[in-house]
Amino acid sequence: MPSINDILILLPEVYLVVAACVLLLLDAYLKPGQKGAVHWLSILVMLIGAYLVVSGQPATPVTAFSGMFVRDGVAEVLKLFSLLITAVIFVYARPYLKERAIPFGEFYTLTIFATVGIMFLVSAGSLVTVYLGLELLTLSSYALVALNRDSPLSSEAAIKYFVLGALASGMLLYGMSMVYGATHSLDLHTIHAAIVGTEWKTLLLFGLVFMIVGIGFKLGAAPFHMWIPDVYQGSPTAVTVFIGSAQKLAAFGMAYRLLSTGMGDAAGGATGLAPQWQLMLAVLAVLSLAIGNLVAIVQTNLKRLLAYSTISHMGYLLLGLVNAGPEGYSASMFYAVSYALTSAAAFGMILVLSRSGFECEEIDDLRGLNQRSPWFAFLMLLVMFSLAGVPPLFGFFGKLLVLKAAVDAGMLWLALVGAVFAIIGLYYYLRVVKVMYFDQPAEGTDVRATADAPARWVLSINALALLVLGFTWAPLLAWCQRAFAS
Amino acid sequence: MNNDLLQLICFYFFGAVSVIGALMVISVKNSVHAVLSLVLTFFSMACVWLLAEAEFLAIALVVVYVGAVMVLFLFVVMMLDIKQEAVREGFIRYLPVGIIVALVMLVEMLAMIGVRAMHAHTLGPNPAGDSNVAWLGQALYTEFLLPFEIAALILTVGIVAAVALTLRQRAGVRHQTASQQVAVNAVDRVRVVKVASEQMASVSPAPVVAPPQENAP
Repeated sequence: MPSINDILILLPEVYLVVAACVLLLLDAYLKPGQKGAVHWLSILVMLIGAYLVVSGQPATPVTAFSGMFVRDGVAEVLKLFSLLITAVIFVYARPYLKERAIPFGEFYTLTIFATVGIMFLVSAGSLVTVYLGLELLTLSSYALVALNRDSPLSSEAAIKYFVLGALASGMLLYGMSMVYGATHSLDLHTIHAAIVGTEWKTLLLFGLVFMIVGIGFKLGAAPFHMWIPDVYQGSPTAVTVFIGSAQKLAAFGMAYRLLSTGMGDAAGGATGLAPQWQLMLAVLAVLSLAIGNLVAIVQTNLKRLLAYSTISHMGYLLLGLVNAGPEGYSASMFYAVSYALTSAAAFGMILVLSRSGFECEEIDDLRGLNQRSPWFAFLMLLVMFSLAGVPPLFGFFGKLLVLKAAVDAGMLWLALVGAVFAIIGLYYYLRVVKVMYFDQPAEGTDVRATADAPARWVLSINALALLVLGFTWAPLLAWCQRAFAS
Repeated sequence: MNNDLLQLICFYFFGAVSVIGALMVISVKNSVHAVLSLVLTFFSMACVWLLAEAEFLAIALVVVYVGAVMVLFLFVVMMLDIKQEAVREGFIRYLPVGIIVALVMLVEMLAMIGVRAMHAHTLGPNPAGDSNVAWLGQALYTEFLLPFEIAALILTVGIVAAVALTLRQRAGVRHQTASQQVAVNAVDRVRVVKVASEQMASVSPAPVVAPPQENAP
C-alpha cells in the first residue's frame, strides 16, 4: 500500500507538478505586461527542484509505490543536471520568446511538465513507469515544437515528430508486451531475475529488438535518426535547445533502466541478454558515427549541422553503453552530461545572436563574428572545440572515457571507428570557427548579441564552464562512478 | 467438440479478424472504410479480452471506444471533406462495407456467446477471483497508483497543449463588446440636423447627410 513515505521519496516530482499547475494558473491571471514574473518564477522553481533532488537524496537506493519508482544515484545525477540545464534554457529562451510572441506561460508550463517526464523516466522501476514517463515527456515536446503556430516549418516539424514519435512509442510498447509475456512481470528487477535461465529466450530477444528501436529513436541514433534534422531546424530554437540537451539525459536514463536493470548486464557473471544488446548497440553506434559525421559536413544550416552532430554524439554515448559494466555506464553518463551542457551552450549561442527577423541559423550568418563581437566569437569557439573533443575542453574527456570503455569491453575496432570519426567531425566544427574568425562579414548583415543581459551572462558562464570543467572534471566523474557503484 | 478446442478456434478467429482489420485501417484508400475497419479491430480485440476473462476491459473498450470515440471519429472523417463525391453519395455508398463489418461483428458475438455458454475456464487463472472490476479498482489505487497519477498528468498536458495550440487572439475578428454597447451615449449615435423646410426636393440629400463617423460601433 502506498504511504506518506512514498510521497516523500517523490518530493521533487510532486513539488514540480504543483509548481507547474500554480504557474499555469498565475499566467492566466497576469496582465500581458506582467508575464515576466512567470519567467523568473519558473527559473526559481527549477532551482528549488534541483535543491530538493540533492538535499533529499537517500544514502542507499530506495523504491516507492511498490517498486515503480527508484531513487538512486543515477537518478540523482540525471535529474539534477536536467533541472539545472532547463533553468539555463529558460534564461536563454526569454528574449527569443518575447520577440516572436510565442505563448509565454505555455512554454514554461509545458517545459516543466516535460522535465517531470524526464524525472519519472530516469527513476523508473517498472515498464509502466518507463512508458508513461516517456509519454509525458514526448507529448509535451510535440506541443512545444508546434508552439510557433504561424511558422509552417514549425508545424511540419511537429507533425513529423509526432508521427514518428508515436510509431516509436508503439514499437517500444510492443517490445514491452513481448517481455511481459516472457517474464510475467512489469517490474524491471523481477524481469532481470526471470531472464536468467528462461526458456523464452526467442520471445525475449524479439521484445528486446523492439525496445532498442524505441531507445534508438529517443536517443536519435542512426538508423532511427530521420526526425532529428527536421525537428531541430523546424522547432523554435528555444525548444530545440531543450530537445537537444536535457532530453538526451532522459534518453540515456531510459536506455540504462531498460537495458541494464531490466535486460541484464554483464557485471554479475550471469549475463542475461547483455551479449545480444551489446552487439545491437555497437551496430547503432557505428551507423550513428558514420551518418552523423559524414552528413554534417555538407550542411549549411547551423541548426541542421548541430542536429547531425547530435546523431554522432549519440554514437559516442552508445560506445559507453556497449561496455555493459559500471565503468561503461559511468563513462556514458559523464558523456551525456557533458554533451547536454555543451549543446545547451551551442543552441544558446544561436538564441543570443538571433533577434526579431534574423534567426542566425545559417553558418554564413556567423561570418566575421569576431569583428563584431569578439567575446561571443570566443565563446562559440569554446563550444565548437568542446563538441569536437579538442583537449583540454570538457568534451574531450567525455570522448576519451567512452572510447576507453569500448576498449575495455574488448571492442577495440569500435573504439578505432570512434576515433577516426572524431577526426572527420573536427572538420565541420572547425569550419564554423573559420567562418567566424577569417571570413569578412557579408554586406548588410549585422550579427551581434542582442539578447538581454541575463541571457548573455549565463551563456558566458555556460561556455566558460566547458573550459573550467575541462580541468576539473574529476569530481563529476567520481560522482558518476559512485552512482553506478552500488 | 470440446471446450478447449472451441475456445482456441475462437481465439484464432478473433485474432485473425483484428489483424486483418488493422491491416485494412492502414491500407484502404477511403478514410471512412478505414474508420470502419478500426471499429472492427477494436471489437475483435474486445472479444479476445472476453476470452481472457477481462470482462470489464472488454466492455469498456466497446462502450468507450467503439460506442463513443469511433462514432465521433466517423463523424469527423465524414465532415472532413477529403473526397467530394464521398460526402455527396453518403449513406448508400458505405452500406456494403458497413454491412460486412456488422456481419463479422455479429458472428463474433455469436461465437462469444457460444463459448461463454459452455463456461470455459481454461485460459489461465483469473487474477480477480470472481470480480474483474473489484480487482481492477484495487490494483489501480494501490499497486498502480503512481502510473495512474502520471496518466492524469499526461491528460493535463494534453489540455494545456490543445489550448495553447488552438486558442488565438486574431486581429480583425468582428465581435460585440457588451460594455461598450451599454456605455454608448445618444449623442454619439444620433445627430439631429436642422433642415430648412423650404428647400427644394432635388438638392435636399447632399447637405443633410452627416459625414461618416469613425469608430462607429
